[in-house]
Amino acid sequence: MHFMKKLALTAATVLMVSGAAQAADKLRIGTEGAYPPFNTLTKDGTLVGFDIDIANALCAEMKVECEFVVQDWDGMIPALMANKFDAVIASMSITEERLKKIDFSEKYYNTPPALAVPKDSDMKDASAASLKGKLVGAQSSTTHSEYAEKKLEGIELKLYPTPDEFKLDIEAGRLDAVIEDVTVLGEWLKSDKGSCCKMLTLLTPDPVINGQGAGVAVRKGETELANKFSAAIKALRANGKYKEINDKYFDFDVYGGE
Amino acid sequence: MSDAYVAQEMIAARPRPNEVRKADWTFARLLGSLSILCWIAAGIGLVVFLITSYDQSQIDKYAPRYFDGFLTTMKLVALSVSIGAVLSLPIAFGRMSSNKIVRNLSFGYIYFFRGTPLLAQLFLFYYGFGSFRHFWQDLNLWWFFRDAWSIALLSFSLNTAAYQAEILRGAIMNVPKGQHEGAASLGLPPMVTFFKIILPQALIVALRPYGNEIILMIKGSAVVSIVTIFDLMGHTRRAFSQTLDYQTYLYAAIFYLLVVEIMRRLWDLLEHRLTRHLRR
Repeated sequence: MHFMKKLALTAATVLMVSGAAQAADKLRIGTEGAYPPFNTLTKDGTLVGFDIDIANALCAEMKVECEFVVQDWDGMIPALMANKFDAVIASMSITEERLKKIDFSEKYYNTPPALAVPKDSDMKDASAASLKGKLVGAQSSTTHSEYAEKKLEGIELKLYPTPDEFKLDIEAGRLDAVIEDVTVLGEWLKSDKGSCCKMLTLLTPDPVINGQGAGVAVRKGETELANKFSAAIKALRANGKYKEINDKYFDFDVYGGE
Repeated sequence: MSDAYVAQEMIAARPRPNEVRKADWTFARLLGSLSILCWIAAGIGLVVFLITSYDQSQIDKYAPRYFDGFLTTMKLVALSVSIGAVLSLPIAFGRMSSNKIVRNLSFGYIYFFRGTPLLAQLFLFYYGFGSFRHFWQDLNLWWFFRDAWSIALLSFSLNTAAYQAEILRGAIMNVPKGQHEGAASLGLPPMVTFFKIILPQALIVALRPYGNEIILMIKGSAVVSIVTIFDLMGHTRRAFSQTLDYQTYLYAAIFYLLVVEIMRRLWDLLEHRLTRHLRR
């Protein structure tokens, strides 16, 4: 059902976008809508989450009108490059690899990856010995999947289009562990569905793979727009608006170190 | 003895017909030649593009993955089409059965599997069955339903069995009734009649539709990457998300084209062989 809603919303947004194509002052923001608590679609098809609130606050700060475009994660960067929208606010980490293709604002949050396992798991930690031969799920085209591929030795990696699918699979007992952002896992573990599982451990971020945290992505060369976003993030941090949004979702400051 | 049946005189040979003159440059001919030229130009352009943008490091990195994915695709299609072929036999017979219940059961099966997308079936089987873990564990079948590969194979086989059953049914019904009657008049048992007389003739008719079904499966199997099996398309999408280079899809298209071309030629050979008694 989730998928159908996404489809309907995408169709609706596409209509809106094509209708508003002339209104150049509207900033189109791409987001995924399948990544709670950062961006997700409610049952009636509206976008909610930390990313969405931050995006709205940034637009208000920058005094521009914004509208959201829902896009599958795999195609997010190509869609940005193909001018389907002007910026991506979808918890996209600022990495070297991505900086070759697109530009970013300063980070607006930075949280580490973590491993979650079924409650009856025999895994003790993320050491090579306890990871050996384990089936680990991750979302494809993410820093987490790259981390699993390069840093978690001896695992068998399974890639899914969105976190929804690997959550289903670990709930069903098909996976030994999943790797994802700690806040995303925390939100899921708190829910009824996440009762199958527990947090195993935080993972030490790798600066090359995980980058400097999540930023607002823009097309290469649009430095002015990126700078405007960076300034707006700074302003939200200063005027308390960031803390207000942060506290709505989390019980600690997700911004990370200054 | 009369030789009335032997011709008394030969009919004189007719002169050879006039040679057909090659048509002038009609509009249709011009259009045809032009469009062929366009295709040739596009082909040359493609080759030139691939050569100029050739990147050894990318090839080194992704070529093994593509081959790996290609083998996965081929294995999946070969296995599911074979299993589907076996399954299709009883289903096709069920569909032609005089028993109403059997007939309706087969009809329902075919109706469901032809009427819904392969993607939906795969999702239903993988995530749907996956949520009844304890049930499967009680039956000692969880090892089967836990594994993405076996579920993919199961749903693909069931899907193609429905299509193949319809191909088979049509082909069997196409064999003239006289063939059954002839076999019956010789006192041949039903099994021998079917396998030695009816099926070989039906397969001639079914050959091309079977080829189509395999080609459709090769391309349709691309949906399998949503359940974590990385076939050719899965590796392509992954390569694209890492490189953001449209060439990744171009190479995948070349792989798929190559297989379909090989299939096409193989099917020509098969048809040539199967219909050798019909040629004059």
